[in-house]
Amino acid sequence: MKRPPSGGLFLAGMAGSGYRLGMADSEFSPAPMPEDDSLRTRFSWFLSGVSMIFSIPAFILMTAHVGFAGFASENGVSLLQAAFMVATIWALPANIVLIGAISGGYSLLGAAIAVGLSSIRLMPMVAAFIPEMRGPNTRRITLLFLSHFIAVTAWVMGMERFQHIPRNMRVSYFAGLGMTLTVTNTLVVALVYFLSTDFPPIVFAGLFFLTPMYFLTSLWGSARDRSIHVAMVSGLLLFPLVHHLAPAYDLLLTGFAGGGVTMGYVRWARARA
Amino acid sequence: MTWHSLTDWWWPYIFILLAGWLPTDIWRYLGVFVGGKVREDSDALIAVRAVATALVAGVIAQLILYPSGSLAESSVFLRIGAAAAGFLAYLRLGRHVIVSVIAAEIVLITGLFLDF
Repeated sequence: MKRPPSGGLFLAGMAGSGYRLGMADSEFSPAPMPEDDSLRTRFSWFLSGVSMIFSIPAFILMTAHVGFAGFASENGVSLLQAAFMVATIWALPANIVLIGAISGGYSLLGAAIAVGLSSIRLMPMVAAFIPEMRGPNTRRITLLFLSHFIAVTAWVMGMERFQHIPRNMRVSYFAGLGMTLTVTNTLVVALVYFLSTDFPPIVFAGLFFLTPMYFLTSLWGSARDRSIHVAMVSGLLLFPLVHHLAPAYDLLLTGFAGGGVTMGYVRWARARA
Repeated sequence: MTWHSLTDWWWPYIFILLAGWLPTDIWRYLGVFVGGKVREDSDALIAVRAVATALVAGVIAQLILYPSGSLAESSVFLRIGAAAAGFLAYLRLGRHVIVSVIAAEIVLITGLFLDF
């Protein structure tokens, strides 16, 4: 069995032994199969996912949430409400749309429709993520629970890291990664709101630009074949056009149009080969 | 029913769950069911991945072309230029995310200071 790399190994080594002492003869002991080693390995991969909180993308996501805390307080949403939004919705665009709908005096139904439109994009993202993440025996209920933690940053991180992680350990790894990202950013929003930290606009401008640069480079770097690059370029080029034609559905339509272009490319490349 | 309809302490939380959590997680759950049906190494998976990738690329374009907050007042050409510089630095200087971020930020911050 492969062991988690670098930082994770250190954490995993420390906590792994403690885990065995604490858990081996308690509630998990009647586990079937090669239980002890499998559970330990699983937990060390979970910790390896947790340790990704100390990474550049996690830091970038936290800076985006610093901005969100300020946005929430400007719009009269309380500290607890803002933190509750981050934890339960866990999609920054949906949070911003919801606060916009609240301050615009939308009805419950109107707000739900606006948020639902901004969140449709999660459906194809999760559909592409699940076949990469699931192990041979992963239960659907586990996937449904973990799907809550899939948002753009976690998606890009997972798609990039999964290829280096044994298939049956990916669920554990993502559980650590996804839940830690969500919990930490919920706390970041509460803390920044509480301290009402303020920065000059140029700092925010600089921070906001980190997110697209991270998505751009790491998505490009995570591609295992050319089709991903074709999909990226077509998405980047099609978006302004689609946004101009149908602003309400721009992301979703960009996805389908870019996906269509990519499948055309895949057919063409196969015919040529 | 709006955010201010009820003054009870719990009402905003119900509002967040019904207008925020439900219409967001329902798409994630649907994604799990769709993703559960696609086989590994099938054309369907290539297609789903292509749609998702193009969509995330759309998110990137949105963040660069139509940003909100403090970036909204900067010139769109400055933002495109900064992103292009960052991406070029990534491709040419050993494919490191941090190199690309630094290159893009140098161009962006310089441009903002020069009021470009």
